[in-house]
Amino acid sequence: MVDHTFVGHSTPRIDGVEKITGAAPFTDDLDFGPDLLHAEVVASPHAHARILGIDTYLAEQVPGVVKVVTGKSFQSTFGLYLEDRHIFAQDRVRFVGEQVAAVIARTRTAAKRAARMVIVSYEVLPAVFDTDAALADGAVELHPDLADYGRVPWFHPRPGTNIAHWRKLRKGDVAAGLRDADLVLEDTYTVPRYAHAAIEPHAVVAELSVAGRLTVWSASQSPYTQRNLFAEALGLSHRDIRVVTPYVGGGFGGKAGVTMEIIGAALAMTVRGHPVKLHWSREQEFVNTYQRQGLRAHLTIGARRDGTITALQHTLHWDAGAYVEYGANVVNAAGISATGPYRIEHVQLDSLCVYTNLPPGGPYRGFGYSEFTFGLESHIDRLAHGLGIDPVEFRRRNAVVGGDELPYGAQMNPSGLLEAIDRAADAIDWGIEQPAPSPTVRVGKGIAAFWKAPAMPPNAGSAAFLKFNEDGSVNITVSGMEIGQGYLTAMAQIAAEVLSVPPDRIRVETPDTDRNAYEWQTVASHVTWGCGNAVLAAANQARDRILDTVHRALGHDVASLYLVDEQVRSTTDPDLALPLREFVVTGLEQPSDGTFKGGPVVASGSFMPEFTSTRSDPETGQGGKPNVHYTVGAAGLVLEVDVETGRIAVRTVALAVDAGTAINPVAIEGQIAGGVLQGLGTVLYEELRFDDGGRLLNPTLTDYKLPTASDIPDRVIPIIVEVDQPDGPFGARGVGEHTMIPIAPLVANAVEDAVGVRITSMPITAERLYLALTAEDG
Amino acid sequence: MGHAVALKVNGESWSLEVEPAELLLEVLRSRVGIKSPKPGCERGDCGSCTVLLDGRSVRSCLVLAVEVDGHELTTVEGLGIDGLTELQQRMVELSSFQCGYCAPGIVLTATELLAVNPRPERHEVQAAMSGNLCRCTGYAPIIDAVLTAAATAAATTAPEV
Ligand code: FES
Ligand code: FES
Repeated sequence: MVDHTFVGHSTPRIDGVEKITGAAPFTDDLDFGPDLLHAEVVASPHAHARILGIDTYLAEQVPGVVKVVTGKSFQSTFGLYLEDRHIFAQDRVRFVGEQVAAVIARTRTAAKRAARMVIVSYEVLPAVFDTDAALADGAVELHPDLADYGRVPWFHPRPGTNIAHWRKLRKGDVAAGLRDADLVLEDTYTVPRYAHAAIEPHAVVAELSVAGRLTVWSASQSPYTQRNLFAEALGLSHRDIRVVTPYVGGGFGGKAGVTMEIIGAALAMTVRGHPVKLHWSREQEFVNTYQRQGLRAHLTIGARRDGTITALQHTLHWDAGAYVEYGANVVNAAGISATGPYRIEHVQLDSLCVYTNLPPGGPYRGFGYSEFTFGLESHIDRLAHGLGIDPVEFRRRNAVVGGDELPYGAQMNPSGLLEAIDRAADAIDWGIEQPAPSPTVRVGKGIAAFWKAPAMPPNAGSAAFLKFNEDGSVNITVSGMEIGQGYLTAMAQIAAEVLSVPPDRIRVETPDTDRNAYEWQTVASHVTWGCGNAVLAAANQARDRILDTVHRALGHDVASLYLVDEQVRSTTDPDLALPLREFVVTGLEQPSDGTFKGGPVVASGSFMPEFTSTRSDPETGQGGKPNVHYTVGAAGLVLEVDVETGRIAVRTVALAVDAGTAINPVAIEGQIAGGVLQGLGTVLYEELRFDDGGRLLNPTLTDYKLPTASDIPDRVIPIIVEVDQPDGPFGARGVGEHTMIPIAPLVANAVEDAVGVRITSMPITAERLYLALTAEDG
Repeated sequence: MGHAVALKVNGESWSLEVEPAELLLEVLRSRVGIKSPKPGCERGDCGSCTVLLDGRSVRSCLVLAVEVDGHELTTVEGLGIDGLTELQQRMVELSSFQCGYCAPGIVLTATELLAVNPRPERHEVQAAMSGNLCRCTGYAPIIDAVLTAAATAAATTAPEV
């Protein structure tokens, strides 16, 4: 491994002091003066209904109310990948909580009071709340206009049904592969819906100036994507829209794309000259952003006695909710990668995006992989046991390695899956039995592997601007979003490595689309890689300019010049030691005549993965190169089950992830600690529950339990594997989402190891496990 | 009818007229201009709105502004006036936070803990922190910073022999 000065060294976050002192601004912290108006939405109480009429008269009489806005004012559709949404419901509502109208008032209290006085009359329609009902013959059709919606070319909707997208993948001959197997195992796994539950709720402030310029401040992972969708939906030029995103208090996919922000932007269009603020309550945060989609996965895998997997058939029915403009791409991503990180000759994947009358589904850390890996890695474990092969060995035998052909024909990138499996297993003393602390407690160990690729359009770009300051410090403006993952610090380290300026002398700014360079979105765990490449290009350009200036002013050969310790040095002239701060803005004086060469050093860089393509055969999924690369890893876990209560106590989790090159090891360790606990929440107790009318039963943090400091495992062991990503900045690839992916099956596998019971539905609550245990006894 | 309320916020005296139903969280953020207490749930579940009321942590979304008449409040802005505290320094060094939204509340809860229990055990730190939700970090880097800060403080005040 190459030894770097800044890259690869654990570096305290450059935003650490701001956050620890309360100085870091979040959207809701910004002040807008007495001119600020407040908005509240009127939400549908029905899961599916026709809107017969909206009476705003009473609401308009409430003192302080400025305006009541309905869908009449905004009729265009929008959506990231499939344009199936309206800013406000038009003729019908499709989930409980959908925005039908909004009140703009001088105070939050007045807006709330008036919103309750908007009278909407509905004709209730039959509704569907799960994929079976939505796919049944004669099911009510949620989107009769599906055929007319704009969409990306790689989506394949089935108009006339509730299937918004069906991703198919066919490789080899699955029937033959299953015949060839010594053991074929078939089962169904269910995964409920989950909430991101970032601690900061969504917030937006938008203002259309009297001169017609729209500025939007939002808590978002996607400032440029928001600008783009606002421009299209509101009919403005991109030039006239400015999106500013201060720090974001947790994203996890929930603040990707556009959700409630477009309501704020639209409302601003109706009250020219006034900023309008919309701030989600916790309940609205649960109901009207994105939820993680529910999944029912039917899985058949065959393997030979020697441990070779011969065939895999995976049918995924996604409960994608009322609108799938973003969620359908989650379904797509799963539909090309739901083999997991294994080399399998015969594959059949069917991933169906199904409309239901539940809140819109969307991206959540793991982007489909967290969901399908529960069933897949549970199944892999069961096959291993069925064949009498050690689960670690079984995974090793089938593990994908660099150069393998992927299910859709492209080649696997270099990756350290085998090393990850070995190190995760070693870390939990795999194969060594651990004594139980008491007679009613059983100890179990589990193992699981994972992979995930960024799911992006083939032309998702990143760009960076960089400038030097008079004291030799550096400012970088990019539009990736610091959502906690440590992105700003990683970008500073990448530039630092090239420029020899330490990260704490580099400021990386949060986005403002007027000033910061382009970034598609901060999703897919791709910004370290994509935006990192843009920052690297900008830093290289700045370095070239610096060296060129020295060459032109002092005559040194450029090839002999290099940067170290914030100076320009020369391999041929040991006396040359030019501090950057002396000339990166004001230029270098020429000894001969006192004139200056150079000038303020500014640079830019941009990056796009020019090798990807989503063109594939819709019937087989063959062709194209839809994924830039995969990040792989494995995890091991030790837990205890109290057989008298079904309670699970997680003792140790070891998670190994292949970061390519770790830019900032401490940040990766942070992603591991955080992702592991988020995963444990989903498998042990979190779950969104709905009544039979589609109303969310637990929209509070009292009833939707998040893990607390008392719920953490005794030990989380982070393991960083480093097999270079050849096209990554210094060899890096993303790891942020991945750390959550293996956790659910890991627990399921360890539970079976402990008590011999296989749970195929998440979450594995104490109650569910206890009932399974007692059923087993009976 | 407004109520006159006199209070100290981070050492500064304030006199305000507040409505009977106004929450301390709202008053701090929009009237006093202190933004570190954050709304996360506005019903007492998350702890992101934590402030110290006469040195004891409270959830400012559950306190009426009229109740703090004559009391002293400390927010995280008030802790760092003379530079970062020992605890804050350890938190920066260990990159304890990710998005940082929970940080102001957690810093105050941990500050209170160390004031009443300068050498807490790990499980005591966990118990003290368990009313402050953090969705990002898995808590471990936060707990480590609290324990390290406690150990450093102990080493400087009472050197072991
Ligand atoms: S906002 Fe006060 S406890 Fe959540
Ligand atoms: S750091 Fe994000 S909630 Fe704690």
